Amino acid sequence: MALELVHSQSQPFAKVRGEPLLELPADLYIPPDALEVFLDTFEGPLDLLLYLIRKANIDILDIPMARLTEQYLQYVEVMRHKNLELAAEYLVMAAMLMEIKSRLLLPRPQAADDGELDPRAELVRRLLEYEQMKAAAQKLDRLPQRDRDFLAVEVWIEQSLVERLPDVHVPDLENAWRSLLARARLSRHHKVTRDELSVREHMTGILRLLAGGAFREFVELFDPLRGVAVLVVSFLAVLELARERLIEVTQSGPYAPIYVRIPAVAAETTDARS
Amino acid sequence: MLSLAEAKTVLETALLSSQEPLAIGELRKLFEQEIGADTIRRLLDELRADWSEKGVELVNLASGWRFQTRPAFQPYLERISADKAPRYSRAVLETLAIVAYRQPVTRGDIEEIRGVTVSPNIVRTLEARGWIDVVGHRDAPGRPALYATTKRFLDDLGLRSLQELPPLEEIAKSLDLPAPAGETAAAQPGRPPGDDERAPPEIASAA
Repeated sequence: MALELVHSQSQPFAKVRGEPLLELPADLYIPPDALEVFLDTFEGPLDLLLYLIRKANIDILDIPMARLTEQYLQYVEVMRHKNLELAAEYLVMAAMLMEIKSRLLLPRPQAADDGELDPRAELVRRLLEYEQMKAAAQKLDRLPQRDRDFLAVEVWIEQSLVERLPDVHVPDLENAWRSLLARARLSRHHKVTRDELSVREHMTGILRLLAGGAFREFVELFDPLRGVAVLVVSFLAVLELARERLIEVTQSGPYAPIYVRIPAVAAETTDARS
Repeated sequence: MLSLAEAKTVLETALLSSQEPLAIGELRKLFEQEIGADTIRRLLDELRADWSEKGVELVNLASGWRFQTRPAFQPYLERISADKAPRYSRAVLETLAIVAYRQPVTRGDIEEIRGVTVSPNIVRTLEARGWIDVVGHRDAPGRPALYATTKRFLDDLGLRSLQELPPLEEIAKSLDLPAPAGETAAAQPGRPPGDDERAPPEIASAA
């Protein structure tokens, strides 16, 4: 069947242990690993319906609604059973199919207007339209596509067009670099020296405070009265000390007070020396 | 005043180094309008023939003329290229097809045809690629945006106009279907609207 060809040309539904899965067993049993992949390949309820119709060689212009609805519901049930994320549209379609089926079963009133449409007509129209677009999509994809199948040629232009870019010469670059260096030298000295000294100053201060080996509460190391900048520098000092294992920071539990001390061994050594 | 041979070389240089396709109007500026459009077209045809044996070809696209590599060489180029071209999912392609053949359409129209919600990512992907854009809004509750394909879409697929898209009637034939004879106009297969006017699909004329 033409559509079957289109299906298998595009992609197999799934691969179970390396074998492409193109056919579903008649009794609807699907090995669990294959099921999710298989059902994932449907773009929606229309896609699934088309598959069922084509697979069973159903005449799309005269769909046996009971049979199709039953098959469709079985699939949806399997999907639900597997706890797969079911797009709401699948359930909406289930309801629609059942409604069409019941309308077909109802006896037609005597004075039925001639314009009474086959309840399946809208569904058939939608199925055909979707099938057409699906095929159109595949044909579109087969057209040569830029970047995938060919590249646009763009030869490198040696000199930019004058209007677009200002002329830059090597001496200009040299001067720019020189002034950058000069500025960097100034700020480097200025910034790093000050910060480095500050942190080291605080590190020494903290170590002096902790001399003797006693525990101190973390908050004791900070003096809020001296302003935020000092707090920050103090904190950096603590971090640096901790990193160099010059102090020990402990906390007995969440939200408990934090204690700081010089590590026991080191304290002894320092004491011995002083 | 340049000789025709020299003019052809100028055209060749401009086209090779351009980042975008160049239309006849642009190409005429190379010669300060001194060479007529017909002459330029003739030279372009000659140029195209000159390059017929090369791995690069001169093509006439919707936005103008451009040099591009021949698809036969793509496998080689891929070996040295770092970027991988995107492969689009079926959802993206179906959406693109619907926009191409049924433009202008709203997201709602697309969802109606596909039977599922169109994720905003799909639209974004196509917009980011420059293949679709918003051309207006439907006069309906919510004033939904109307999408259509762009000139860039045509260029990137090597088409000169929407008329060059695979016609839908042929697709219907290959599927072994009668052309959908729905009650509504939307079901009628048609040639895509002309690329200049975004008109609703017209009834196909016997080809």
